[in-house]
Formats: sequence, C-alpha cells, structure tokens
Amino acid sequence: MSMPPFLRDIEFAVDLSLVNAKGWCLDLLGHFLPDWTVVLASIVISGVAILALGPLVMMYLTLLERKVIGRIQNRYGPNRVGKWGLLQPIADGIKMFTKEDIVPAQADKIVHFLAPVVIVVPALMVFLVVPFGERMTAVNLNIGLLYFIAVSSITTIPIFMGSWASRNKYSLLGGMRTAAQMISYEIPMTLSVVPVIMMSQSLSTNTIVMTQVGDLDLHWFIFTPWGLVGFLIYFLCAVAECNRPPFDLPEAESELVAGFHTEYSGMKFALFYMAEYMNAFTLCGIATTLFLGGWQGPFFPSWLWFFGKTFALICVMIWFRGTLPRFRVDQLMGFAWKFLLPLTLINIPVAALWFFVPERLAWLYSIAIFAVSFWGLVKLNCAFVPEKRIYPLAD
Amino acid sequence: MTNTKDLEGSQMLEINFGPQHPSTHGVFRMKVFLEGEKICALDPVMGYLHRNHELIAENLPYAATMAYTDRLDYFNSMANNFGYALAVEKLAGFEVPERAAYIRVIMAELARIVNHLMLIGFLLNDLGAFFTPVLYAFREREKIMDLFEEVSGSRMMCNYFRFGGVKRDLTAENLTFIKRIVSKLPAFLEEFEALLTKNEILCMRCQNVGVLPADLAVNAGITGPVLRASGVNYDIRKVDEYGLYDRFHFKIPLGQKGDVYDRYYVRILEIRESLKILEQALSQIPQGEVLNKKTLPFLKMPRNFKPATGEAYGRIESPKGELGYYLVSDGTPQPWRYHVRAPSLINLTVLEEMCLGQKVADAIIILGSIDIVLGETDR
Repeated sequence: MSMPPFLRDIEFAVDLSLVNAKGWCLDLLGHFLPDWTVVLASIVISGVAILALGPLVMMYLTLLERKVIGRIQNRYGPNRVGKWGLLQPIADGIKMFTKEDIVPAQADKIVHFLAPVVIVVPALMVFLVVPFGERMTAVNLNIGLLYFIAVSSITTIPIFMGSWASRNKYSLLGGMRTAAQMISYEIPMTLSVVPVIMMSQSLSTNTIVMTQVGDLDLHWFIFTPWGLVGFLIYFLCAVAECNRPPFDLPEAESELVAGFHTEYSGMKFALFYMAEYMNAFTLCGIATTLFLGGWQGPFFPSWLWFFGKTFALICVMIWFRGTLPRFRVDQLMGFAWKFLLPLTLINIPVAALWFFVPERLAWLYSIAIFAVSFWGLVKLNCAFVPEKRIYPLAD
Repeated sequence: MTNTKDLEGSQMLEINFGPQHPSTHGVFRMKVFLEGEKICALDPVMGYLHRNHELIAENLPYAATMAYTDRLDYFNSMANNFGYALAVEKLAGFEVPERAAYIRVIMAELARIVNHLMLIGFLLNDLGAFFTPVLYAFREREKIMDLFEEVSGSRMMCNYFRFGGVKRDLTAENLTFIKRIVSKLPAFLEEFEALLTKNEILCMRCQNVGVLPADLAVNAGITGPVLRASGVNYDIRKVDEYGLYDRFHFKIPLGQKGDVYDRYYVRILEIRESLKILEQALSQIPQGEVLNKKTLPFLKMPRNFKPATGEAYGRIESPKGELGYYLVSDGTPQPWRYHVRAPSLINLTVLEEMCLGQKVADAIIILGSIDIVLGETDR
C-alpha cells in the first residue's frame, strides 16, 4: 500500500521531530562552540533525555498500574491529586523524599545504603540500547542484545545485597528466593531470544527491528510459530525477572511482609520500586523490539508505536497482577527448568528449520513439532494435575 | 508436637510470623523453624488480644454481656449473639416467638454468608491474588452490612438479639431487601467461582496442601467447615436442630481430602446452602411478636434478672465451628461462671500437624483456611 508523497513527507517529519530537534540544537551550538564540545553536547543531550525518561516512565507507570488495578478491582484508583490523579506520582515523590530513612541497628550500613543506589544503575543502563523510534537509539551497539541481557542480569546482585545487609529474616528469605528465581529465569529468557538473533543475523537492536520491516504486510517475528513461542517464553520470563505477580515471590507480601525491601523506607524504598518499574518497562520494550516489530507501524510516528506496544505489554503485566494468585517457590522453579527451558531448546532448531524450508511446509513442520513437544512437556510435567473432586451433600 | 525449645540455637532459621504480619489475620504469632523454606517446627503463640472477656461477663448482669459477645468474632456478631441468647434462654427457660425465631435464622445465615465471603477473599489474598477477590467479596458484603445497619443500628457490632427474641422487628422493606440480596448472590458466586475454582495456580497451591485427616480432626475437637472438609458429617444445625433449623431443607457439603482446597470449596457450597435456607425462611416467615413479653422487664432492669441456680450450655453452628456458651448461675444477677467455647481457638490446635513439612507459603494459606478471628481466639 502506498501513500501520497506529501503525506509521507509529513509523517517522516513528525516521526523524526525529536531527532531533528536534537540536530537543530547541535547546529545552533556549532555556530559558536568548538567542534569537540558539540560531540560532548550530543552525548549530554541523549544522556539527559534517557535519565529523565527513566524516572518519568516509572512515575507514570505507578499511576497507570494503580488506575488499571483499581478498575480491575472495581474502584477508581487515585483521582484526587490533579486531573484524573495525574499529579499523584509527584505527590508520592514528595512523600517519599520527606519520609524518615530508617536503617536497622544491626544492618551492614554501607551495603544497606549501596543496594538501592546500585539497583538503579543497570535499570538505567539498559535504556541505552532500546530503540525508542526510527534513529532514536542512544547507542547503536552491534552487540546491543547481549549488552541488554548482561546488564539487566546484574539486578540480582543489588537485591541480594539489600536483603543480606538488612539483617532481617524476611529479607533474607526474600533474597534467597530472588537469587534462585532470577538466575533460573535468566536462562530460558536468554535462550528464547536466540531464534531472533538467528533470523536477523545480528545482535544489534536496530538491525533486529529493520529485519521486521514491512509496510502493512506484517513481518513481525511474533507472526511466525517460533516467534510466537519465543515471545510467550520471553514475556513470562520477563514477568519473573522483574518480580511481578504471579512470580512475585521475592517480595511476597502475604508471606514475607515485603521480602527484600522490608527494612527500607523513604527514598531508598522508592529507588527499589523505581528500578523495578524501569526494568518492567525495558523488558517490555525489548520484547516489543524483538518480537513485535519495534517501532514499525503505519501512520503514526515510530516512537508512538514503540511506546504504544510497550505499554500494551505492561498493561498485560498489570492484568496478571490484578487476577492471578502467586506460585509457590518449588512450582516456580519447576516451571522454569522443566517447562520453559526444554521448550526454548526445541524452539531454536524449529527456527533453524524455518530458515531453510519453504514457507508453507515450514508452518506445517513447526506447528506439528510444537504441538507434539507441548503435549509431551505437559505430560512429563504432570506431577500435578488439578483433580476433579466430588463434594457429597449429606443430610 | 515438637518442642521448639530444643531447636533454639540450632542451624535452623527461626522466624516469628506475627504478631505484626500482614497475613496472620490479627495479632496471632507463629514461631516457625525453617530449613530452607520447609517448616520443621511451628509453635502458635496466642493471647495478644486477651481482654478478659469471661471475667468481665462474670461481673455483669446477663443482659449486658450480649453487647460484649459482639466483640468475640467481630465478623459475625449476629452468630455470637445467637449462641449467647440460646444459652441464657436455656438457663431461664424463655420461649422465643416464632417470628423472632425466623429472624434469628435469617440473620445467622446472612452472617454465615458474610463470614465465608470474607474468608475466601482473604484466603486468596494470602495466596497472593493482590486484593481483587477481597474487594469483590467486599462489594457483596456491604449490601448485607447495610441491612445489618438498618435493622440493628450498627454494621459490625450488631447487638441485635435479646433473650426471648430480637431487639427490633424487620420491616417489609427489610425483607424485600434481603430477598434481593438472596436473589443476586448466586450470580455473584458464579462470577467468583469462574475466577477462582478452576484456576490452575489456585488448584496447584491448594490441593493436597495442609491435609487434615478425619480421625485427627475428630480427636482434636475440630468443628465447622474445617471438620466437614475432612469428610465428617457433623453440623450442629442438624445435630441439635436449635432455633428452627428442623423446619428447613438443606444439605451439608462434605469434602474428601481435608486439604486447603476442600476447605475453600466446602465454604462456597455452604454459602449456596445458606441461600436455600434463607429462601425458605423468607417465604415462611409469619407475622407476630418479636420479643417474648416476659423478658421485657429483665431487659429494662437487667439486675432484676436472677435465673435459678443451675447451668446451661447453648451452642450454635457458627460460621467457624461450634460456638458454645457455658453459663453457671448461682441465683445472683451475674453468672457465677461464664465460658466461651471458641471454635477459632480449638481449630488452631491442629495448625502444627497440618503445617509440618510444608513450605512457608503453605503455612500462611493453611492458617488462612482455618479461618481464625483473634477476637475469639484470645478473648
């Protein structure tokens, strides 16, 4: 489908408006500053944009989450501060800043202080390789995806630091669960993106988006069988990675009070939340990039498409939170090792097959393989089958 | 029972769940010894909410204690009132007018519905279903609470029953309101069940967890839905046929395994049976007095009420189990002895047996499925 050229021009201009704005700024500076400072300014502008975006996204994610959960639970959610509660995150921020910062007497003070600081760093660092729109990747690393996986997995360490340094048994239990959970879900998550790398023959997030190019005939990876399976595994692992229900064991409210951040208050507590929400955002953003065509999409500017798809995924996460009970720790580990991991291992050869076999035959092959393997895995995992029970009614 | 004293100083992780903890349903405390996440020993510690309920009642006229019984199980004060009224009526031999007896049954069954709805909501909260089921349950509970407020003046501390009847008559509007609640509730239960009963995570978490064998349940004196979930057919509404329960047709749902899932589902079925009782009661309720004329002077001047020397035990099937009131009179205006057989307390005694060898997360839901209220446990 083709558009009239003038429309295409307008779309292009809107699309690149943010990129162009930065260009104009740099041009302006170039008139009266030496060249090397312009390069510096370019870095600073991108850096500031990302540093501002992270917390901003986090603030409004909390609002979105509270609003959506409120609707799920048939209540309103915050609506007192500003129109539709839009200023609620700012009020929350002020509250967090003015709260007393309590450090337990027996705590390891330095590590206790460092944990919430350290946890924000990887959460912000991964923003670097997320392609927010056409030509809107801060650093176009040729190993972008590897960088993302490597940096995002650091998150486990500050959580364990916080839980260990608190000298609290709930925190300790939460920390142990975190280490177990995040490390086991890392593996299927990493393996689930391998087919994407194989297909796009690149680790660069930009190139991955570009291989999914297509105007209205959808070339997104999710519309292939291996892409769909990969996406589902990736998304479930992403939910587990950022400790959200139904995999929220590290902070299991009803069991461990608040898990690893039981002993944190004020802004330190907020920083843990900030990291969690930013992680949720970047994980969904990378899911969009890898499987949902990134910023690809007709009519609207590319960054709007990216944010739209990402927030749709986040809404699914919030929906999970509003509806599902929590797993138990052994069931959680079993799900990762016995179900997700084998499925990812099957997914990789299926993707390879897809590459070499003509399309229609490949559909047939992959659906057959997935059906058989899925059935087999379910059968092998049938340690638990929901029993059908009969409840006699006595007189 | 493992003696937890021996384990102190061992390599096990000792954790106190409570008295301040989001899931102990009040100020209950569980001292737990863990090996990894497995529970090796569990020591329930009670008494944080002890308020001397029994001694206070022994120094008050009989009529004044009625208001205190509200505070026992603050989720269903109507049932507590019922038990106490029965005990005093047995002691003094008062008759209850028929309309009042019907109103009592209606109120007791509504209280049962409220209690079970809240229990299921909070059990799901313990399972980690972030407040959604609780808030859905609250929505239905509010309607019943509105009714309680209208007839008794208070939402939770109803203080509605009197010896020989009830405080106030139900108006025609009240009755239509109850009819509306009864007709709407099945649809809500369908919705609730569609969300929960077949949910795979819920089944995984609840089935074969916290199994209470029938013989242990009987030996430990467990009553109520916890006992019936273990498959023992024992319901005081059928055994004693107190009130007017002999006139209504209803069944007793029984579980088979006695695990958390059975305790959850037996309660849903009990709500359905309660609705049947309510329907029958609402269609049969006659006109007439709601308070025995003979008791009126005693209610106006409580100190004049001096039952003859003797003792009485009034018990009802409260939503949590057998709620009994034991009264000994020595002919003075105060009871010589007043004792409450609290189902929450006695059902808690098997907590350790159910929890041993399970995970931490299971202990929380097992506690949630027993359905305790600390006001009643600690008194």
